[in-house]
Formats: sequence, C-alpha cells, structure tokens
Amino acid sequence: MPNGLFLDYVDPWINWAWLVSHVAVFSDALLQHITLTLIAIGVGLVISLPMGIVAHRWRALRNPVLTLFGIFYTIPSIALFAILIPYTGLSTLTAEIGLVGYAVLILTRNVVVGLEAVPRDVLDAADGMGYRPLARLVRVELPLALPAIFAGIRIATVTTIGLVTITAVIGLGGLGQLILQGLVENFHTPLLVATLLSIVLALVADLALAGTQRFALPWSRTA
Amino acid sequence: MSTLGRVLQWFADPAHWSGSDGIPTRLVQHLQLSAESVLIGAVIALPVGIVLGHYGRFGNLAINVSNVGRAVPSFALLVLAFQVFGLGDLPIIISLTALAIPPMVTNSYVAMREVDPDVKDAARGMGYRELAQVLRVELPLAVPLLMAGIRTSAVQVVATATLAALIAGGGFGRYIIDGLDGYDYTKLVAGAILVALLALATELSLAGVERLLVPRGIRLLRAPTAARAQVFKAA
Repeated sequence: MPNGLFLDYVDPWINWAWLVSHVAVFSDALLQHITLTLIAIGVGLVISLPMGIVAHRWRALRNPVLTLFGIFYTIPSIALFAILIPYTGLSTLTAEIGLVGYAVLILTRNVVVGLEAVPRDVLDAADGMGYRPLARLVRVELPLALPAIFAGIRIATVTTIGLVTITAVIGLGGLGQLILQGLVENFHTPLLVATLLSIVLALVADLALAGTQRFALPWSRTA
Repeated sequence: MSTLGRVLQWFADPAHWSGSDGIPTRLVQHLQLSAESVLIGAVIALPVGIVLGHYGRFGNLAINVSNVGRAVPSFALLVLAFQVFGLGDLPIIISLTALAIPPMVTNSYVAMREVDPDVKDAARGMGYRELAQVLRVELPLAVPLLMAGIRTSAVQVVATATLAALIAGGGFGRYIIDGLDGYDYTKLVAGAILVALLALATELSLAGVERLLVPRGIRLLRAPTAARAQVFKAA
C-alpha cells in the first residue's frame, strides 16, 4: 500500500520497494493465471477434437454447428459468468465453464477446417493403400490437420489468457486480481506490473506454441 | 421463486424502463460508446490497412503489431486508461478504439492483398489509373473481408464496453457490476441477458449489412460459411 501524506502523495508508476516485498503475491497470481488457462485449453481440446471430427464426418452437421458456435462466441464472457453465478457461485467452476466453452468454440472450428484442408488425392491414396477409416483418420488425416489445430490452440491460448483477467470480477482472475486491486486502491504498481506480466505471458505462450509446432510438426513449416 | 422468474419480473417492472438507470438510457449509452469507438477506429484503421494492402508493403509489421495488441488484456487497457485520463467517457473511448483498430487493419490488409492479381492487371490494361483501380476494382472485391473486420471489431467493442462499468462508465455493464456489488442476482442476470442480446444483435445486424453491401457477383463466387479470418476474443 502507498503511504505518506494523502495530499502531497503522488503514486509513482512503479513502487519498487512494495514490488520487491510482494513478489510472492505476483507469483501466486501468475500461477493461478497459468493453471486456469491450462485447464481451459486441456479440457477444451478433449471436448473439441471428437466434436470437430463428428462435425467433419457428418456433413449435414458442419454448417449448423459452425454457425451456432460463431453466434455463441459473440456472447461477452462477463455476461456468461454473470448468468452462471446464481447457479455455480463465485467459483472456479463458473470461470472454467466460460473459459472451456470459448476454447471449445475456437478449437472445434479449427479441427473442422484442418480436416477439410486434407487434399482429396491424399485420401484416395490412403484408401488405395488399404487404410481402414479409423486408421486413415488417425494416421493420415489428423497429422495433416495438426497445423490448423495448432493455429487454433494458439488463438485459444492467447484469448484465454486475456479472458482470465476478466474473471477477477467473479473473485478469481489470476493477474486480473492485481489489475482490479490497482483500480480499487488507485495504486499503480500492481496494475502496471500485472498488465505487463499478462502481456508477456500471452506472447511467451504464443511463441512457445509456435516453436513446438515447428519442432514437432516439421511438415507444417511451409504451410 | 426461481432466479429466472425474478428476472422476468424485473423485465416486466415499468420502473426499469425509464429514468437514468432505465434500460433505454443504458442502451443508448452502450451503443453510443461503442459506435463512437468503432467509427474513430475505422477512420484510423481502414486507410492504413487499405494502403498497406494495395502496395503489399509492411504486411508483416501490420500483422505483428496487431498480434501484440491482442496480447494486451482489454480489462487492463480500460483500467490503465482510467488511471491516465480519469473519470468520464474519454478513457473508455480511447481504450475501446485501441481495441477496435487491430482486427480492422489486419482484415483490410488481407482483403486488399487477396484481390486477384490478374484482375488488377486487367484493370491496368483497360487504362484505369491507380486511384480509380483502387476505388472501382479493388475495393468492391475487398468488401466481404473488409466488412468482416468491421463486424469483428464492433462485436468486440460492444462486449468490452460492458467492462467500462468497472471504471464508472454507463451502459448495460452497470447492471452487472451493480448487481455484483449489491448481491442483487436478479439485476446481475438481467444485465447479463441484455449484454448478450446486444452482442448477438450487433453480430447479426452487421452480417445483414455485409450481405447488402457485397456485390451480387462476388457473393456468388464465395463459399458461404466461415470466410472470416480467425477471431480473437477480447472480452
């Protein structure tokens, strides 16, 4: 907390002494931020992979599912959290229902788009080589769809890291908590440092995912 | 009574349809903040995207700048603007404008880049000067993606304008934030429903405008769904 006479006290943008003595606060918030994000992306992937495959297989589902998902995606997260509060309270569950939901909306679309981009010739060749449908899906189609799925994971991750800050309004928030503290107490240090940390977290996560993709999926380098 | 019943009653109460905290006033505030921000954003972003896209220069720069922009949480942007500019609409409009710019720059850049080079050659061959070529050949072809960028920005701005209530702004976000502060779950849920409906209405009405603006010949050329570039969610 800033101290000193109220009238002549000017809050510096960064109060180093306070910052140094509160490192643990920032690392806890960062940890919560990362945990909330990882759960959202992990659970989101588990749900959206089968969903995307189903929407790709049954052609009739494709357009309705993607259109419906696009419409749900426009609902502001704070509205979704607010609608859930009477039922699931100010809890991690409320936050994760929203975060997982938005991740699913992004990822499913990318699974479908990735599977659609597999060239017809490749599918014919796989069929000609005697692949059964499941083997063709797992060993030919999914590997070729992975670059698009990875692009989805990157977007979902950067989006989720931003949305986690908003969960501060429902008592969670990771780094968002410190941003809210900065607002409520008119105290610049937590606001500024938490903002910088969350920008850095998003950029580092995005670069790390891009690096993983280059390393793990060499066939996507030119794509 | 269930939460839903109480929310329906809240909507039925005429007291919530008039006065300075009534739904019409809050709707006008929400729309005004959003429209001003998108408009200012468009005036800045579209010329930049169109010119860069036409010449095909600095594309990576434009896209990287907007990528970094996406990493800035909209909530933090609002609070920072509030700390710098104080109370009022100014910090809200500045941060919402900053949020509106990246999708419009990226989409208008890509829109101009994706105009078929053969079509540009043909326009040149027919004697179009550069400005006429841009205005009468490239822009009409770029309209679908251009509009998609404006729609993306508008939906994000409407969503984020809800958070403006945290920095004492008006709009539908007031019901959510006041509902949370006062443990008034009826108001909270009513506000959430209004915000969600407004975001959906923005998306659908701009999709309608897009349909009207896209020339018929181009509409026939394009695949029906999911032509829009990948969308980050800001709020």
